[in-house]
Amino acid sequence: MTTGEKSYPTTVAPIHAPRRTDWLLQRHRFFSVLGRILLYVLLISGALIFSAPLLWMISTSLKPEGLVSQYPIVWIPPEPKWSNFVTAWGKSSPSFTTFYYNTVYITVLNMIGLVFSSSLVAFGFARIRFWGRNIIFMVLLATMMLPGQVTLIPIYLFWAKLGLVNTFWPLIAPEWLTNAYNVFLLRQFFMSINMELDDAARIDGASWFRIYWNIIMPLSKPALGVIAIQAFAFNWNNYFGPLIYLSEPRKLTVAIALRLFSTEQSQHIPETMAMTLVATIPVLVVFYIAQAKFIQGIVVSGVKG
Amino acid sequence: MSIQTGVQLGGSVPRRRRISQRVIRDNIAGFLFITPWLLHFFLLIAFAMLYSFRISLMETDLLSSEKFVGLANYTRMWNDELFWKSLRVTGYYTFVLVPSGIVIALAIAVLMNQNVKLVGVWRMLFYLPSVVSGVAVAILWGYVLNPRFGLLNMGLKAIGIEGPRWLFSETWAVPGFILMGLWGAGGAMLLYLAGLQGIPTQLYEAAEIDGAGSWGRFRHITIPMLTPTIYFNVLINIIASFQVFTQSYVMTGGGPNNATLTQVLYLYRKGFQDFQFGYASALAWALFLVIMVFTVMVVRSSEGWVHYEGEVKK
Repeated sequence: MTTGEKSYPTTVAPIHAPRRTDWLLQRHRFFSVLGRILLYVLLISGALIFSAPLLWMISTSLKPEGLVSQYPIVWIPPEPKWSNFVTAWGKSSPSFTTFYYNTVYITVLNMIGLVFSSSLVAFGFARIRFWGRNIIFMVLLATMMLPGQVTLIPIYLFWAKLGLVNTFWPLIAPEWLTNAYNVFLLRQFFMSINMELDDAARIDGASWFRIYWNIIMPLSKPALGVIAIQAFAFNWNNYFGPLIYLSEPRKLTVAIALRLFSTEQSQHIPETMAMTLVATIPVLVVFYIAQAKFIQGIVVSGVKG
Repeated sequence: MSIQTGVQLGGSVPRRRRISQRVIRDNIAGFLFITPWLLHFFLLIAFAMLYSFRISLMETDLLSSEKFVGLANYTRMWNDELFWKSLRVTGYYTFVLVPSGIVIALAIAVLMNQNVKLVGVWRMLFYLPSVVSGVAVAILWGYVLNPRFGLLNMGLKAIGIEGPRWLFSETWAVPGFILMGLWGAGGAMLLYLAGLQGIPTQLYEAAEIDGAGSWGRFRHITIPMLTPTIYFNVLINIIASFQVFTQSYVMTGGGPNNATLTQVLYLYRKGFQDFQFGYASALAWALFLVIMVFTVMVVRSSEGWVHYEGEVKK
């Protein structure tokens, strides 16, 4: 845009009305500089507002109790109290180590399960022709609109009848049976891979499973990464599931334990913030590392329309 | 392609048999591949839906008693003041959060699309809050919204405003939740940013030649070109916002005076605290119906305002 403006006066303007164009150009420059300044002012203030709660959490987690309610806010505590983390970690029984272990266990298993099951199903829908494929796929899309609450109680009953309430089974098994959202996402990706690859492989006598495993999966690493990261975030933050199925203290996940901790220790705000931070960090780290891939993946899912 | 010519040379009878064998094998393979989802569908969706409808016609705690009561749960719901209250609370939350979330996400995306330096850093700063969801955010915001020492009211105090009591006030509790929801607008912002970068620059150049100002270009090019993304976000967010639960469960427990009693929280209370699973199932179906009505309304209206660039060809 700016280059276009620059070339304009040198060719046309001097002949016709040099002064007026100069003035216009200057005015334009002035406003575009003003516009840039305004733009950055808006961006910086917006970014400050958006990051403030996270910064406040970090700052509060390092404060002694007395400093929390001080006005104006002390953003950098003069003597950071790292011991908040240690005290809070061991305060509950069992300690947060158990909750962390449980959550990592569920999350990792579900990541693996979801990647395999959704890629298998998506491969079926995307690459193999079978009777009723389109109708079944329409049904799959339709199920995305159903709120989980409708099926919640019967599914709870189902696990209760099997005697598996208060185990990790109800939280893990459904993920191993995939879900519509991830199948849809992966299917869109698999469809974009050249179909002739399959034909060529079949002439060479490859089975469908070999095509899936040796051709399509290696080509789909970015999309699979997206699924894995989303599965991580969902399972790490999942609250409703563990709330309903888990009650025994040593089976709890971080999300549930954090809520209990915050209710029991509501007068110890720095410690609560320390544990909140501890519960958030894995997600932040995973997202930061996987940023580029994840953002690409969101874009993939967003464009599908 | 080479298969076909080879087969044609081989004559018609063996060809038909070979193709049908292949079709059968493909069918078996196809159904084997989608088996995980078929299991999911029949066990966890179809069966569960039927069963859920069945218990919505009963009075049951699922352990000892089970009594068929017909539509009694639904008529009870119709006369249940708290059900209507929860519907109003959830509707209020949804219909303020969804439009304002779209405006804010769109505004940030447009700002970020102006050739700014260090886009990656800005993107991360606005995006991070949307990543940390669930309980941690609810607890964090419980303190951010604290009337006495919370971040928000301290910030307001700094510019000379006496902040409201937020979660302790019947009027301000839901607006507090909405602010918290808006904090996660970064997720949608990413989608708009991607959409913006997909708009061909020739469109803007052509408009500029025709004398369109920056507002005109925004109004007549940017917005129409982004309508598919906006549409997607409206749908997803309406569905998600109607199912809001964690905030009110963790932060207010539905209070004060049920000012934050959302539909899912009410359902949870009835089912998992009062053990009235029949009534809770009826509530779930009502929620489904409400979501369905609004989703269908959005889908119906979309023909009028969603613009697909490739549509002329149809």
